[in-house]
Amino acid sequence: MSAHAATAHTAHEHHDTGFVRTYVFSTDHKMIARQFLFMGLLMMVLGGLLALIVRWQLAWPETAVPGLGMILKETGGILEPSTYNMAFTMHATIMIFFVIMPILAGAFGNFCIPLMIGARDMAFPTLNMLSFWVTFSAGIIMLCGFFVEGGHAAAGWTSYAPLSAVPQFTGVNWGQNLWCISLFVMGIGSMMGSINYITTIINMRAPGMTLFRMPLVVWSLFITAILLLLALPVLTSAVAMLLFDRTLGTSWFAPSGGGEPLLWQHLFWYFGHPEVYILILPAMGIASEILPVFSRKPIFGYHAMAFSMIAIAFLSWIVYGHHMFVSGMSPSLGMAFTVTTMIIAVPSAIKTFNWLGTLWGGRLQFKVPMLFAVGFVSMFVIGGLSGIFMASTPVDIYIQDTYFIVAHIHYVVFGGSIFGAFAGIYFWFPKMFGRMLNPALGHVHFWGTLIFFNWVFFPMHIIGVGGQMRRIYNPMQYEFLQHQQHWNVFMTYGAMLLGLVQIVFVVNFFWSLFAGKKAPVNPWNSNTLEWTAPSPPPHLNWGPRLPTVYRGPYEYSDPDAREDFLPQSQAPAVAGARRH
Amino acid sequence: MLDWWLPENVSTYGRDIDWLFHLIYAITGVTFILVAVALIAFLIMYRDRPGRRARYTHGNTTLEIVWTIVPALILVVLTALSAPAWSKIKMSAPPSDFVVQVHAKQFNWQVKHPNSEKVFLDEMHVPVNKVVHVNLTSQDVIHSFFVPQFRIKQDAVPGRSILAWFEVTKPGKYEWPCAELCGFGHSGMRGWIYVHSAEDYKKWAAENLRADANPAADTKVADAGKPAEQPTGGKAKK
Repeated sequence: MSAHAATAHTAHEHHDTGFVRTYVFSTDHKMIARQFLFMGLLMMVLGGLLALIVRWQLAWPETAVPGLGMILKETGGILEPSTYNMAFTMHATIMIFFVIMPILAGAFGNFCIPLMIGARDMAFPTLNMLSFWVTFSAGIIMLCGFFVEGGHAAAGWTSYAPLSAVPQFTGVNWGQNLWCISLFVMGIGSMMGSINYITTIINMRAPGMTLFRMPLVVWSLFITAILLLLALPVLTSAVAMLLFDRTLGTSWFAPSGGGEPLLWQHLFWYFGHPEVYILILPAMGIASEILPVFSRKPIFGYHAMAFSMIAIAFLSWIVYGHHMFVSGMSPSLGMAFTVTTMIIAVPSAIKTFNWLGTLWGGRLQFKVPMLFAVGFVSMFVIGGLSGIFMASTPVDIYIQDTYFIVAHIHYVVFGGSIFGAFAGIYFWFPKMFGRMLNPALGHVHFWGTLIFFNWVFFPMHIIGVGGQMRRIYNPMQYEFLQHQQHWNVFMTYGAMLLGLVQIVFVVNFFWSLFAGKKAPVNPWNSNTLEWTAPSPPPHLNWGPRLPTVYRGPYEYSDPDAREDFLPQSQAPAVAGARRH
Repeated sequence: MLDWWLPENVSTYGRDIDWLFHLIYAITGVTFILVAVALIAFLIMYRDRPGRRARYTHGNTTLEIVWTIVPALILVVLTALSAPAWSKIKMSAPPSDFVVQVHAKQFNWQVKHPNSEKVFLDEMHVPVNKVVHVNLTSQDVIHSFFVPQFRIKQDAVPGRSILAWFEVTKPGKYEWPCAELCGFGHSGMRGWIYVHSAEDYKKWAAENLRADANPAADTKVADAGKPAEQPTGGKAKK
C-alpha cells in the first residue's frame, strides 16, 4: 500500500472499526505491537516460574517445591529427574521463543519501524496481523505440551538428536512432538513478520529518511529481520525433520536408521547462532537509541554502529561451529570457527566503546530508561568478555557444558536482551499507551533487577569453573561439586528476590496503564519521528501530512540550535531563523 | 590467581588449558576493570548539572580506529596461542599402545581395558604417566566424557568412534561425569577413573583382567556404587 493510498484512506477511517477489528484482529501495527508485548510479558511469568522451580531443585535437591504439590500430586511437589529436565527445557524454550523474540522483534519491531521511519503502517498490514496470530497459535500449541501424557519436551532447548529423535530415550512422546510443531508454526509467523519489516523499511520511509538517517534501533530491527528471514527457516526445516523422525520413521538424525546426530547440531546451530544475535541486536538498537537521548548528545560513531551491526549479522552465520568444539566435529573445522568467533568479538567491542563515547561529555539524565540502557551496556560487557573464554578452543574443552556457559548466556540474554527490553518498555510506554510509568517504582525495579540479577548469575561463573555441569538434576550426586553447593543455595535466594522485584514492574505497568500521568507528545525531548505523533498515535499515525525528514536522528546539543534537541522533522528554515 | 576455583589439574595438556584460561582471565579482567572504571567515571563526571551543555560531537575517527585495531590484535594473538594447544589435544594424539574402549549408554560408561574383553561399569583403571587412548562410542544418545581434573571433554556420538586421549601425572581416584544431557538419568551418570602407579596397575590387571576373573568384575561394579544411585523416577523405562 503506498503512502497516498493510505492518506486517501484516512478521511473516513475511524467510524467502521468495531471492537474485534480494533483490539483482536487488528491490522494496526501499534495494536499488534501491544499484542506481542502482552503475549511476551505473560509468557515471561511462566518462564520465570519454571526458572524458580529449577533453582529450587538445585539448591535443595529433591525437597518439595513450595506450591508445586498442587500440580505434582503424586510426588507432593518433589521434582523427579524427568520433570526437572522438562522444567529447564521449557524455561529456555519459552524465554527465547515466546518472551524475548515476541517482545524485542515482535513488539518493538512493529511499534518502532513505521513510527520511526515515518510510515502510516507496515507494508502488509494483514500479513502483519496473521504474523501475530500465527505466533500466538504457536504459543498455545507449546502450552498444550504441558498437559499431554509423558510431559513436555525434556531434551533441552537445543533438543540434541538422537535424544530428542527417539521417544524411548526421554520417555516424552507428544510433548516433544508439540514442541516441534509449535516451533514450526512459530517459524512461519516469524517469516511473515520479517518479510514485512524488510519491505517496510526498504520502501516506506518518509521523504528525506535516507538509510543513514534511520535511527539505529530501526537499523537493528532491519538487520534482525534479515537474520530472521534467513536463519529461522533452517530451524523450521530441522524441527520438521525431527518430527518426521519421531512420527513417520524417517531417520535424519538417528544412526540406527543411517541418520547422523551431528546433522541436527549443524542445522540447529546454523539457526542458533544467528538467533543469539536476533535476541541481542534489537536490544543494542534500543540502547543506542536511549543513550543519546538521555546524554543529550549525538551517538558516538553512527556509521560504525550501523556497520558493526551489519558485520555482526554477516559473521553470525560463520561462527556457529563454536557450539560444537567437543561434539566430534572435525577439529580442523573447530580451529576455523575459533578464528571467526574471535573476529565477531571486534564489532561487539566497537559498539561498547561507542556507547561509552556517547556518555563521554554528555549531560546524563538518569531516568529509568537510561538506567536500564546503562545496565544493558555494563551487563553486555560481562557477557561479551566471558564469551572470549569459549572462543579459545582449548579453554572451551573444559568449560563447555558447565555453568560458565549458563552464566554467559544469561548475561547476554537477560543482562542484554531483557535489560534492553525493559529499557525500551520504560522509554516507549508513554507513546505506546499514552501514559507515563511511575519513575519511583521504575527505580526500585531497576536497582532490584540489577542487584539480584548479578546475585543469581555471577556465581554461576564460579561453580562453572569449579566444573558443575549444566542440566544436572542434583549437584550433590557428585563428590567434586559438593564443596560449592552453598553457591547454589545463595543463587536460589537471589533468584527468588529477582522474581519478587518483577512484581514491582507488573504493578507499575498495570497501574500506569489505567491511572498513570497522561503522557505529553514528546516526554523525553527526543528527536525521532515517533515523538511527533500524538501519544498514543491514532490509526495511520499522523494527520493528513506525513513528516519530512531533514537530518539524522541524534542531533542533540547542537550549538547552533536554541533547544538541546533538533527533531528530525523540524524544517531547517525554522532552525536557520534561530541562528544569528 | 583463580586456582582456587579450577579443580586441581593432573593431566599433561591440562597445563596448557589452564595457562590459556588464566591468560584470558587476565586480559578480560583488565578490560573489564578499564571499561567499568571509565563507565562509572563518566556516569559521575557527566551527570546532569545545571548550566552545562553536552559536548556536540559525532565521533572521532582516530579513536574508533584505535579501539577497533587493539581488540583485533589481542584476539589475533589469542587465536594464535590457542591453536597449538588445540592441535595437541584434539588433532595429534601421541601414539600409544594403551587403548581403552569406552562405550556409553543410558546411563553408564562401559569400559574395556587393553587385552581384555571384560566389561567394567563406570570404572576405568589406567597407569600414571602413560598416554591413554580412549575409543569413544555410544549405544543410544550423545554422552560426553568429562573428567574435570584431566581437563578432558569429548562427546560420545552414536554411530561414530571418536579417539580421545589423556596422560595423567598423579595417581588417585578421579570422578568421571557425563557432561551432555542424555535423558532422565543424566544426573548421576558418573564413573571413577583409578590412576595407579605402573606396578600397581600391573598388579590390578593381573588380578582383574584375567578371562576367568568374572566375579571380581561384578563386585567392582557394585563397588562403583552407581546402580543404586540411578534415578528411577523417570517415566520412560517400560
